[in-house]
Amino acid sequence: MGETPHRSADAGTGGTRVTEGHQWPAGASARMAEAPVSVRTPGGPGLGGGGALPTARRFGAERAFRGLTLAAGGFVLVVIAAIAIFLIAKAVPALQANTENFWTFEGWFPNDAEPKFGIGALAFGTVLTATLALLVAVPIALGIALYLSHYAPRRVGTSLGFLIDLLAAVPSVVFGLWGREIFLNPVRDFSAWLNTYFGWIPIFGGDGPFGRSILLGSLVLAIMVLPIVTSLSREVFLQTPTANEEAALALGATRWEMIRTAVLPYGRPGIIAAVMLGLGRALGETIALAMTLGITFNISFNLIENGGNSIAANIANTFGEANETGRGALIASGLVLFAITLIVNITARAIIYRRREFTESAA
Amino acid sequence: MTTTLTSHRPRPPAQPPTLRARRLPKWLPPAVALGALLVAAAIVYGAGIGGPVLVVVVGALLYLVGLFAAANAVEGRRSARNRTWSALIHSAFVLAVLPLASVVWTLVTKGLERFDANFFLTSMNNIGARDPEGGAYHAIVGTLIQVGIAALITIPIGILCAIYIVEYGRGRFAFAIRFFVDVMTGIPSIVSGLFVLAFWVLVVSPYFSSTGRPGFSGFAAALALSVLMLPTVVRSTEEMLRLVPAPLREGAYALGVPKWKTILRVVLPTALPGIVTGVMLAIARAAGETAPVLLVAGGGAAINFNPFENNQSSLALFVYQQAGDASRYAPARAWTAALTLVALVLILTVAAKLLARRNRLGR
Amino acid sequence: MAKRIDATNVTAYYGAFKAIENINLTVEPKTVTALIGPSGCGKSTFLRSINRMHEVLPGARVEGNLTIDGQDIYDRDVDVTAVRRMIGMVFQRPNPFPTMSIYENVVAGLRLNGVRRKSILDEAAEKALRSANLWDEVKDRLGKPGAGLSGGQQQRLCIARTIAVEPQVVLMDEPCSALDPISTLAIEDLMFQLKDKFTIIIVTHNMQQAARVSDRTAFFSIEKTGDPGRLIEYDNTQKIFSNPGQKKTEDYITGRFG
Repeated sequence: MGETPHRSADAGTGGTRVTEGHQWPAGASARMAEAPVSVRTPGGPGLGGGGALPTARRFGAERAFRGLTLAAGGFVLVVIAAIAIFLIAKAVPALQANTENFWTFEGWFPNDAEPKFGIGALAFGTVLTATLALLVAVPIALGIALYLSHYAPRRVGTSLGFLIDLLAAVPSVVFGLWGREIFLNPVRDFSAWLNTYFGWIPIFGGDGPFGRSILLGSLVLAIMVLPIVTSLSREVFLQTPTANEEAALALGATRWEMIRTAVLPYGRPGIIAAVMLGLGRALGETIALAMTLGITFNISFNLIENGGNSIAANIANTFGEANETGRGALIASGLVLFAITLIVNITARAIIYRRREFTESAA
Repeated sequence: MTTTLTSHRPRPPAQPPTLRARRLPKWLPPAVALGALLVAAAIVYGAGIGGPVLVVVVGALLYLVGLFAAANAVEGRRSARNRTWSALIHSAFVLAVLPLASVVWTLVTKGLERFDANFFLTSMNNIGARDPEGGAYHAIVGTLIQVGIAALITIPIGILCAIYIVEYGRGRFAFAIRFFVDVMTGIPSIVSGLFVLAFWVLVVSPYFSSTGRPGFSGFAAALALSVLMLPTVVRSTEEMLRLVPAPLREGAYALGVPKWKTILRVVLPTALPGIVTGVMLAIARAAGETAPVLLVAGGGAAINFNPFENNQSSLALFVYQQAGDASRYAPARAWTAALTLVALVLILTVAAKLLARRNRLGR
Repeated sequence: MAKRIDATNVTAYYGAFKAIENINLTVEPKTVTALIGPSGCGKSTFLRSINRMHEVLPGARVEGNLTIDGQDIYDRDVDVTAVRRMIGMVFQRPNPFPTMSIYENVVAGLRLNGVRRKSILDEAAEKALRSANLWDEVKDRLGKPGAGLSGGQQQRLCIARTIAVEPQVVLMDEPCSALDPISTLAIEDLMFQLKDKFTIIIVTHNMQQAARVSDRTAFFSIEKTGDPGRLIEYDNTQKIFSNPGQKKTEDYITGRFG
């Protein structure tokens, strides 16, 4: 465990798996390469692939290629910097024109002569829908992942796993369409039922109309992130060393105890990564929410009444009629969304990093 | 030592006196299930609080409780826990299959309604609200052009960047690049759309357009998609490069082959199938993105082969716009476009996965 | 504590492939029995059949009769987990749980069985670690990850984990094949001590090891690849190595076997 190369230790939410397969840390091979390259006798045309070019150009090619890769690497930094710079540059004028408090005002009228807009309700809606979606999706996703990796017959597990991978690739606009045209009806009935019998709980209160609500949006989001989280955690579970599973079984563990002793602890960093990736997806999801939420601009915990909104959905919905200030306001809201997802991502990476460095100890 | 070995201690409770254990008879779990359903039906219809769906839900809960109680009484706590978790995991599976199956089913049944030649050979130009015709030809063209350009931009930069990280990069700069590639993975698609809006559409495009005013274009959408694809391509390439065994590199170095040539001739070809898989998955994801295209390509009803001027649509955007269209013929077009989009994405995904699988077997 | 194992006509399959056929042998309590033979002859399969670990693999099944002190291990009413608690197993490669500390590894089996009291766990952990000759090396770092130990220490940790639940029989599947000679010696010493208390069955490729540690030796072999493994000879270790009754056994132990 300790010999995991440090480079892969921060393999973040993008790649959930430590690249344990390679035998050498990348640095090692790079260093090893120095010797043959610089010691090679100049001018001596070898028999191998290196012989075709004269020395000077050979060094030139080496340097040029290295420079090219360096430029490509640096390009990433440039893009990130450009994103920050351009978004801020376009957001600031709009924010200055705002006549209300950007953080607390509940409403979005940036196109008026006196622009008024606030991010509070949108950010609240973003976080609320994403959180609810994960609360629903994660337990189910982990259940399915365990079913596919440890309960289902192997052939069933593999083919269903493949199917789940495919579902993870289905574009969000399709889920949005389905949520709006099909799923709306059962959710509306369910909401009405909840309202009838649990209306005394504020989150299920209100007088309707029901349906195009936070509940619908969150459930559609949950169904969307479900395949992603399932697919990633299934892969993690499958990577549990058989030796550890057999060790648990040989101690007399039942199947569930084996999973608790060997599979879950081993997979924890991977599960956290999968969940965080799902959260990132849910927070940034635009179209599915734009198609299912009722679009209001107030902060409300009511889950079942028509309403709800999110930063991304608001951008998609109001972009069409935005003027210059309006676009600036939307860009400002995009910056806030970017910041939220950034925090989630960095937290996830920190957790994973710590877990990998330090295998839990006790007693 | 020997004293501890022979010292008498009460047997730990672990030691079973006999191997035999009392088992729940085979007929009991189904019986419990039936009983639970009957009780649930009695409760639900007796109190008049719901329909068949609620009966099943309450029945399932009662079944879990009943199963735990029965197993606990007959087989003991550990076995009861094992059975309950097993039932929970299986029900998670059933619970998730229902909506996902519904998505697939509606997609196929509704999508086939307009799956005709007219749909694929006409655009939405001059199609009014009362016209049942109209198709997605322009959107398909848009998707292919945008994704194609995005791939042309992303693939070289992404692969070079990964080469830098794996083969050349050391120290803080390489770490920074890795870190920011991770950050880029977490950028929501709408934010990348806003970035290209702020950068290309509003600032740069006026210099290129004949009117001197900012304009939407397919190229802008391709830029936004590139921002989304780049981290995926870098990540998967990086992982594949790391999988190339170090001895392969060393073998080339030992022959006096310069490093850049080793990378291009030995390392890249070895990793190629994996890289292609990663690139195809990235393309599949980009093809399904709606939000960036909405923000920077604007969508449009007419066929536009020129990515540098005027609005362009895409399949995903077409789905979104048709779903929001008031015409009673729009939903059918939306579903068919969704089916086409899913088919496109799935073909790419399946091909990528098959390639990856064949590659794995070949090793 | 220790119990006797009887195998009658044991045949084991992986799917359609028959790995061992009609194995008959009796293992006496408080002895060390070595199973030797060429690769692929089914000795590990037989070993795994004894505590029903064989059936963990998809498609694997066992026929015939295996009893421990007269109780049928494969009886329909038998609880598999009870079998495995009674018949512990040490694997070829040390496999401590990577996320657990040394202490947690040792008490993992007890915790599974519902032992919660700290004092009992502490006592059991110390006892098991002492029995595994590991206590002095790890007593100051019980909270450290088990994966941080050396290979030999890890294997002894796995032995400690196995004997902590106080099984009657301990199966060892080539426990030293991944270890250096010094660690191997430590584990062989340990086997001598453990046989006071447990019935031990060990699979080994190393004939010197079989000769050193075991009281009885069973020689398994196959005719050719694809054939099921069979028990060729089973006798006192001394007899097997000095005066084997079968030509095949003699060929194998003298190294004339292909």
